[in-house]
Amino acid sequence: MTATDPFAAFQADYRHHRRRARLTFWLAAAILAAIFWITADMANFFRVTQVTLPDGSREDRWILLAGLPRLGDYVAKTIPELGWRSLGADLADWFWRWRVWLDLLVETLLIAFMATSLGVAAGFLLSFPAARNLSPAPALVWITRRFLEIARTVPELVWALIFVFCFGVGPMAGVLAIALHCTGSLGKLYSEANENVDMRPVEGVRAAGGSWFEQMRYGVVPQVLPNTLSYTLLRFEINVRSSSIIGYVGAGGLGQELRTAVSLQEYTDLSALFLIILATVFLIDWGSERLRHRVIGLEGT
Amino acid sequence: MTPAVVKNSFGRYAGVAESLQSGGMEPNMLSLAGLSRAFGDTRAVDRVSLDIPEGQFVGVIGPSGAGKSTLLRLINRLVEPTEGRIRFGARDVTGLRGRALREWRRDCAMIFQQFNLVERLDVLTNVLVGRIADHGLLSSMAMRFSDAERTLAFHALDRLGLAHKALERAGNLSGGQQQRVAIARALVQRPRVMLADEPIASLDPGNATRVMDALRRINREDGLTVLVNLHTLDTARAYCDRIVAMRAGRVMFDGTARQLTPDVVRDLYGTDGLAEIDEAVTSTSLRRLEPA
Repeated sequence: MTATDPFAAFQADYRHHRRRARLTFWLAAAILAAIFWITADMANFFRVTQVTLPDGSREDRWILLAGLPRLGDYVAKTIPELGWRSLGADLADWFWRWRVWLDLLVETLLIAFMATSLGVAAGFLLSFPAARNLSPAPALVWITRRFLEIARTVPELVWALIFVFCFGVGPMAGVLAIALHCTGSLGKLYSEANENVDMRPVEGVRAAGGSWFEQMRYGVVPQVLPNTLSYTLLRFEINVRSSSIIGYVGAGGLGQELRTAVSLQEYTDLSALFLIILATVFLIDWGSERLRHRVIGLEGT
Repeated sequence: MTPAVVKNSFGRYAGVAESLQSGGMEPNMLSLAGLSRAFGDTRAVDRVSLDIPEGQFVGVIGPSGAGKSTLLRLINRLVEPTEGRIRFGARDVTGLRGRALREWRRDCAMIFQQFNLVERLDVLTNVLVGRIADHGLLSSMAMRFSDAERTLAFHALDRLGLAHKALERAGNLSGGQQQRVAIARALVQRPRVMLADEPIASLDPGNATRVMDALRRINREDGLTVLVNLHTLDTARAYCDRIVAMRAGRVMFDGTARQLTPDVVRDLYGTDGLAEIDEAVTSTSLRRLEPA
């Protein structure tokens, strides 16, 4: 390589650069593969277990193949006996607790609704001090971000356990638990939307003598509103799912029936509850998705 | 250092108390004394001292990075000065905080190269943003404005020929229209000084002329002091009573358009390798404009 030939120098540089990039890639790939292997071993994915065959002899099988048939057995147990002639009576028998379940379904939806409302309000307010470009003070960014992190890192079920301890069994604990978790998640999403706003309108409001609140209200809120609505609807879907489980720890909603059915091994009750939750979540997903697309569609006009 | 200035007959009423306090100094004179702003090691604005009497139309010219924009932002206090003082009449603007600062920003309206409107709000609401400095928290959060304010905003739009666009989304307007909305927003602030940071730099010649004409009309009819950053010399010559040229953060020329000779221009823009600067090359004007 001579200093007088810039192209040769460039080629050498380029080869060097490529070699480095390839090396980095394969090193990273090898490390990830090793971690995957170790994890699989720790989770017993390589274990071999003995199964009893129909003729009474025992044989070694890979655990995944040995266990899969039992999934079928479990599902089969939850399927109720439905006959064509006695369909009405059989269905009535399957959904025998429908009055209780309907009440609990309404409670589940109300928990989700109230928790979403509280979470949206709190998350939205906190998303402004949590946005680096908007916050009035760096310390405020730190404090609000840590709070939002704690709120969303602790799972809803754990919050629910704590609130059941504080406020007793019932939907109030569920509402607070889901609202808190929802505040953390939405606050983060909203603040990220806030960090992507165009700062020029904000400067315009500031230059006209607007206070910090006015800069947010006029300069930022109109820009992030479609995003906010979309995230809110998405979160409502998630919260309906959470509130149907949260009764597991006594925080209201359908979850408590799920728990009873599991512990009493009422398999057909389980499938009935599962169908109810599936239908509800499906309906709400479908409805809010349509609403969301309309909101996003409006943005273009 | 300032040349004598014709007092504007439309000049706004200057408070008696203010003129008493100013002790013989011209009321509502905008005066900068040793104003500096450093970003790291670079001094974007370096010891600038200017006295701008009420009603003057001042153009600030200079190469990119000369500190023109920072100078305007310092006056409006969007940027904090590192040293020096800003005074308006008897009022010391340099240390204002909170409510007093917001009131100063209201009195010292600013328009921007990129218009800085809220594109998702309608035009009328954008203009009404000029009123929020006088609003309480609750009424401004609810975007509630009085009928009188709406009337004021509508008349400001009408004056700029945009009354028919009042309810359209600001983002749907053309650049020239958006800049005139921004001027309307500045007008409803009932300011005493109007700052304009490269107001025509992103506009075509037709719209540039409309915007500059609007600024001149406001200057003459309302007696507002106008301070405008420009990068086209012929625009500066055509509209400005006084031209201030900046280079590397310092004022290196301060005088009338006639005094701005080709030698000064060459000095200002550092024409290494250029034989001569032809102002027509960078011009955005439609016609030959006679100096105002």
